[in-house]
Amino acid sequence: MTSFKSPAQRRYVFRVMVAMAGYMVTLTAAIRLVRDGHMAGPLAWVLAALPGLCVIGVFWAAARLVIEETDEYRRMLLVRQLLVAAGFALSVATVWGFLENAGLVGHVDAFYVAILFFAGLGLGSLYNRLTMGGDGGCAGEGA
Amino acid sequence: MNNRLRVLRAERGWSQQDLAERLEVSRQSVNAIETGKYDPSLPLAFRISDVFGLTIEAIFLRGE
Repeated sequence: MTSFKSPAQRRYVFRVMVAMAGYMVTLTAAIRLVRDGHMAGPLAWVLAALPGLCVIGVFWAAARLVIEETDEYRRMLLVRQLLVAAGFALSVATVWGFLENAGLVGHVDAFYVAILFFAGLGLGSLYNRLTMGGDGGCAGEGA
Repeated sequence: MNNRLRVLRAERGWSQQDLAERLEVSRQSVNAIETGKYDPSLPLAFRISDVFGLTIEAIFLRGE
């Protein structure tokens, strides 16, 4: 990966870091207060959902990067990377769902789709490197 | 699409980085265009044309 980062990429990294910091804090709070039974009612719902909203912040940061990146070649690499990630996550989740429905595999929590997506960013970067050479894209560095 | 970017750049003694700075794109973009891995948009093609002082047809050639 090149050391050069566009202003849009720097903003992306900052946004991802903020989202991940929020994720760590809210996940810790949700586990300690909700799962361990110290909180109930609407507030518990809100707190339990907050880590997911922080992960959505990473998706938003990636979308903003596509919008804000002014270098069209880098933008194309990023779009390819995101398409590979989305395709990978959706494909694995779909096949797993049918396997689970058939009773062949165990249940996996739905938020693992997000983890598949982040793993897919790595695959997308690899795909870019293999087909375009050089820089594999820019999303996922800070995730 | 073929192009004469590398030759035109060499004639002027510019590095890929020099050209990238003139075009306000990354060096990777210049490299991808030069090697035919990426065809620039029309606005970028016009910027390239302006930087070299040539028409787009004098820089980019028809064909794969």
